[in-house]
Amino acid sequence: MAAPIGQPRVRLPAQVRAGEIIEIRTLISHVMETGQRRDQAGNVIPRDIIRRFEAKFEGELVFAMDLAPAISANPYIAFQFKAERPGRFEFTWTNDAGESRTATQDLRLA
Amino acid sequence: MRRAALVGIGAAALVAAVALAQGGPPEPQRQIPNPMSGRHFATPETLAIQDDDFLNPAFLWVEEGEEAWNRVEGTSGQSCASCHQDARETMRGVRARMPAYHPRLQRVVTLEQQVNICRTERMGAPALPIDSRPLNAITTFIALQSRGMPVNVDISGPARPFFDAGERFYNTRRGQLDMRCGSCHEDNYGRYLRADLLSQGMSNGFPTYRLKEQRVISLQFRLQGCVNDVRGEAPPMGGEEFTNLEFYLAWRAQGLPVESPSVRR
Ligand code: HEC
Ligand code: HEC
Repeated sequence: MAAPIGQPRVRLPAQVRAGEIIEIRTLISHVMETGQRRDQAGNVIPRDIIRRFEAKFEGELVFAMDLAPAISANPYIAFQFKAERPGRFEFTWTNDAGESRTATQDLRLA
Repeated sequence: MRRAALVGIGAAALVAAVALAQGGPPEPQRQIPNPMSGRHFATPETLAIQDDDFLNPAFLWVEEGEEAWNRVEGTSGQSCASCHQDARETMRGVRARMPAYHPRLQRVVTLEQQVNICRTERMGAPALPIDSRPLNAITTFIALQSRGMPVNVDISGPARPFFDAGERFYNTRRGQLDMRCGSCHEDNYGRYLRADLLSQGMSNGFPTYRLKEQRVISLQFRLQGCVNDVRGEAPPMGGEEFTNLEFYLAWRAQGLPVESPSVRR
């Protein structure tokens, strides 16, 4: 059974002007089990990682990332984005089992 | 060995005489009068994570703790907030003064234990297992409300015997390596023990996010690790010995700012 994908955290800058390049920061609570560790009885603990992260802006894919087993627990992902117009971001984290968790956040321009 | 013991008894007699003259036990003296936080021994990379509340994964625990604070649990239909209202106000300074003597229970209790006392006695909810994620979440959330405030525990009066027991634990040699806590954290801080730069073993950053464990750990989990490192038999977390030791450690760190949630390797 896959571990639950925990609460996501997303942060956009508070004050954004049109044309500005902003940094979008995300963090998600997850075990990121590598599949290389053994439990106390010596059995391999099955791999269970966040496999993919996607960010969409107004429905359009603007950033995506495939994650590897060596990434530590609670992965932090940040990327840059040129803010041209206000709109809604949708962030999705998907695990090995294909389960996903989504967070949305609105971009407002000053 | 024998000579050292005799000197020890002599000193104890002197101390007892002073105590009698003043009508109470003498003020204990700190081996390290000007303590340094563990952050002085952490790498810049680790500190960069600690100092950024977004990057610091312990804030996932803080958020879980805040949710739990407002969640009704147990047979009496209450949440922590039902009695303690806004934690930002009512829990300010609590982490800085705990562990503390609990007059009704007549013993020293840690923050973890106090949370469970409230759960079992006031809420009719089960105790949370020591060092479990939900308990560490709520203690990290509570500790955050004291960030920057100086550690200031009260070891006077009825609390003193518990402090003394903690001090004895600290100074007892143990394990196959026959070391006391101070063998590493007083006599050798600033030196490397294998890959680790030894700190003064201060407790002001706990609960802490441990990169090696990839989770928030409680102080007593760290203490078990230290006792295991000298190949000793660690007492259980949540038990009397570690509670008294934690009380002593808080006094050692007196005056240092609460830095929870810190980040450590
Ligand atoms: C029904 C009321 C009630 C509820 C509900 C309650 N507490 Fe308490 N709490 C108290 C009382 C009374 C004290 C004083 C010490 C004692 O009697 O144990 C206290 C003390 C504390 C303290 C020590 C405060 C200090 O100033 O030193 C902490 C920390 C604490 N509670 C946390 C919690 C948490 C966390 C929860 C929820 C899991 C909670 N309490 C739920 C009544 C409550
Ligand atoms: C063999 C050496 C050794 C002994 C003996 C030892 N420790 Fe440690 N301790 C370490 C190492 C290594 C670390 C991790 C690096 C550091 O902070 O020093 C550590 C970390 C700590 C920390 C966390 C410090 C921080 O800033 O996060 C505390 C608290 C601590 N020890 C307390 C104790 C206590 C109490 C004892 C006695 C029961 C003890 N230690 C015995 C090696 C030791």
